[in-house]
Amino acid sequence: MTRYIAFRLLQAVGVLWAAYTVSFLVLYALPGDPASLLAGPDATDVSPEQLDAIRAQYGLDRPLIVQYFDQLLHLLRGDLGTSISSGRPVTDIIGEAIGPTAQIAATGLALALVFGAGLAIAATYTRHRALGQFLLALPPLGVAIPAFWFALLLLQWFSFAIPIFPAMGDKGPTSIVLPALTLALPTGATIAQLLSKSLVTTLREPYIDTAWAKGAGRVRIHFAHALRNAALPALTMAGLLIGQLLAGTVVTETVFSRPGIGRVTASAVGAQDIPVVQGVVVFAAVVFVLANLLVDLIYPLLDPRIRVGRSPLTPRGITPKTELTGARP
Amino acid sequence: MSYRNYGRRNAALGAALVVALSLSACAGAPASTKATTAAPVDGGDLTFAIANDPISLNPAGIGSGNDTLYVTRQLVDSLLYQNPQTGELEPWLAQSYTANDDATASTFVLRDDVTFSDGTPLTANDVKATFDDIIAAGALSQAVTLFVGYSETKVIDEHTVEVDFSTPNAAFPNSVSSVALGIVAPSTLAVPFADRATGASVVGTGPFTLDSYTKDTSTVLAKRDDYAWSPASRENQGAAHLDSVTFQVVPEASVRTGSLTSDQVDVIGGVQPIDVDTLTASGLPIVSRGNPGVSFGVYFNVARPLVADIAVREALSYATDATEIRDTSLNDLFNVGTSILTETTPSYSDESANFTFDATKAASLLDAAGWKKGSDGIREKGGERLSLVVAWISNFGPNQTSLEVLQQQYKDVGVELTLEGGDVPKFLELQKSGAFDISWQNLSRADGDVLRTTFSTASSNYFHLDDPTLEALLQKQLATGDPDARSAVLAEAQKRIASQYYQIPVHELTSVIGTQNSVTGVELGADSRLDSLVDAAKGAQ
Repeated sequence: MTRYIAFRLLQAVGVLWAAYTVSFLVLYALPGDPASLLAGPDATDVSPEQLDAIRAQYGLDRPLIVQYFDQLLHLLRGDLGTSISSGRPVTDIIGEAIGPTAQIAATGLALALVFGAGLAIAATYTRHRALGQFLLALPPLGVAIPAFWFALLLLQWFSFAIPIFPAMGDKGPTSIVLPALTLALPTGATIAQLLSKSLVTTLREPYIDTAWAKGAGRVRIHFAHALRNAALPALTMAGLLIGQLLAGTVVTETVFSRPGIGRVTASAVGAQDIPVVQGVVVFAAVVFVLANLLVDLIYPLLDPRIRVGRSPLTPRGITPKTELTGARP
Repeated sequence: MSYRNYGRRNAALGAALVVALSLSACAGAPASTKATTAAPVDGGDLTFAIANDPISLNPAGIGSGNDTLYVTRQLVDSLLYQNPQTGELEPWLAQSYTANDDATASTFVLRDDVTFSDGTPLTANDVKATFDDIIAAGALSQAVTLFVGYSETKVIDEHTVEVDFSTPNAAFPNSVSSVALGIVAPSTLAVPFADRATGASVVGTGPFTLDSYTKDTSTVLAKRDDYAWSPASRENQGAAHLDSVTFQVVPEASVRTGSLTSDQVDVIGGVQPIDVDTLTASGLPIVSRGNPGVSFGVYFNVARPLVADIAVREALSYATDATEIRDTSLNDLFNVGTSILTETTPSYSDESANFTFDATKAASLLDAAGWKKGSDGIREKGGERLSLVVAWISNFGPNQTSLEVLQQQYKDVGVELTLEGGDVPKFLELQKSGAFDISWQNLSRADGDVLRTTFSTASSNYFHLDDPTLEALLQKQLATGDPDARSAVLAEAQKRIASQYYQIPVHELTSVIGTQNSVTGVELGADSRLDSLVDAAKGAQ
């Protein structure tokens, strides 16, 4: 178990380092130089000497490899550098943005879980074939709807036409509803898609027949027998869903005029504020890695086959069985 | 039949109601007339939706353009005020100014009753310190480019300063009216330039002070009770009517419009041309003003062989139907361009005689220059196609539509346009590389010196004009202290640019603001950015 955790942690650090390095290379390969971007397109009278002074001030005049290792050292100390456009520490900018984003992301995730799982259960539980088919057709639609369009539609209906929710800001619980719904739509649809598919498969398993034969009721079979096993693949996806939620905040926070990670990302990318963009990449990677680490750590608790010494580090030949639907009671 | 009767009855009832309402309106008329002439209501919070986070509330720093300046204009005052109606410079923090004939020295005599919001009185030292600080900040300050040829600021006495230049800078008196040259207190300057972005240290003499700034959300300003030095041409000479102003960041233009029509905000900035009709249909007032500076249009990079030939440039001028472009991508709040400078720029002169749409003339000029139509309809000469690369920037939404119309117009006379660029970094790279024949751009600045920064070979020189006549005019305007003489030089420069077809004006960028009916006194300044909100009020009583 300890070796399993140690391996996962090591893997997490590796992922973080890779994310940082790739983003560094990509950002520096972009066209444009941060100094002229800082001066802006209207700065027609800025001399090359003045631009050189900016480059020197931000250390942009040093060789790329020196900049890379210098920033990596700072990163190890928890210092993400200084924003080029505002001169403020990147950790402060991201720190302020976490709260508002967490509010809508957590609410969005909760809504997605409730509605996504609810839809999947309802679609597989109903005896009405047509209704079941209809419900199963909804998740692909939810995944396909562009978040931007959906957000504007929500605003048009529930803020401009019928003033129930505020169109902007992060004051009060009412300001969370529409952004959270926007975030919940694709995530909830993904959950519903995964869970309904895996429920359908699980319900065809022989052990379900055994349960029937033992005289278990429909409710018991659906919830106690099938759902527990069917939920495991959905849990595997949880890490990815967190990533989806974070990505969704860019559009959601822009349309709903909320502060947060998404807005920081959008404006930093637009201004090519490289330290901030890298800070966001590192932050997103940390969240992603933590979410997956958490899933990896919860997994053994739910699935005994992964527990007790059968870590991925065990010698070849004793590969743990990860086929999940094959479980027998 | 009964249905129709019912309808008629309703119509009659409606007519009766209208009469009754208009009668009651007549009865109430004296009261309502009185209301409009009465003083604006004091108090209240004005919510003003802007598109971008200000990023830096340091008036001399680099923020996010207009939206930043909307906010910082309220915090600091300038030495002079440029009257948006007349274009004239009027006293503000300086009660008078003089410039010498060769524009190398400007002297400002300050008011002696002005204090910063921290209570310290405004003195000549503060003006010197503010200007020197901008020079020290270099390219980190948006204002540094206004100090071309700066040598020093001399404190003559407690309330007199002289700003000296080693080379003439006739644009300087206009420049001091800009927000970027707003005077800040010694306590502000004690904080390093790069650390002033949050505005916490920014202390000015403006009608409002900073209450709070929350990145990506809002900037709240509070009224300063003892403010008493508005420019004389502003209505309100005392403290602002409003208690506070909240600049709320709302990035999406359609959301700003919806927030205004659903009464969630009082004023919105950055109204897109497409949203103007929505606001007008809702009966909401529009405040708009053409931006001073150089107009949106076709700028030729004459270092490129195809457009180095004036015949080609002239032909393209005849091929450009500016009115059609304006009508397709914008609306009639936007003027069709008539000169390199826009109408609201001081020293503007009308050069529209050079720019008429005549596709037949365009075709015959190209024929005469040896460009014959090839099999695909595009003209060729000596095996080379008349295909031009256009550098463009997407920071103004309708640009793409404008260019697509232009593309079609030029195709009609056998000239192909390829659009390149898009976002700001790409455009800047393209500009620097020089790999374009035409640039589609503009630049807002409330002084004719914008011609020099745009076209002088000694400046950014993106268009590589090799024209000693024009260059001499561009340098001469900067060295002419007398405003009328300077305008004459600038008029000559505009004529030169028009007659050589270095630029084909298409339209003038226009700033549009939407407000609630109850809001008064929200105006655009001479730079077509938000003026001081000292006159603004939420209704009259």
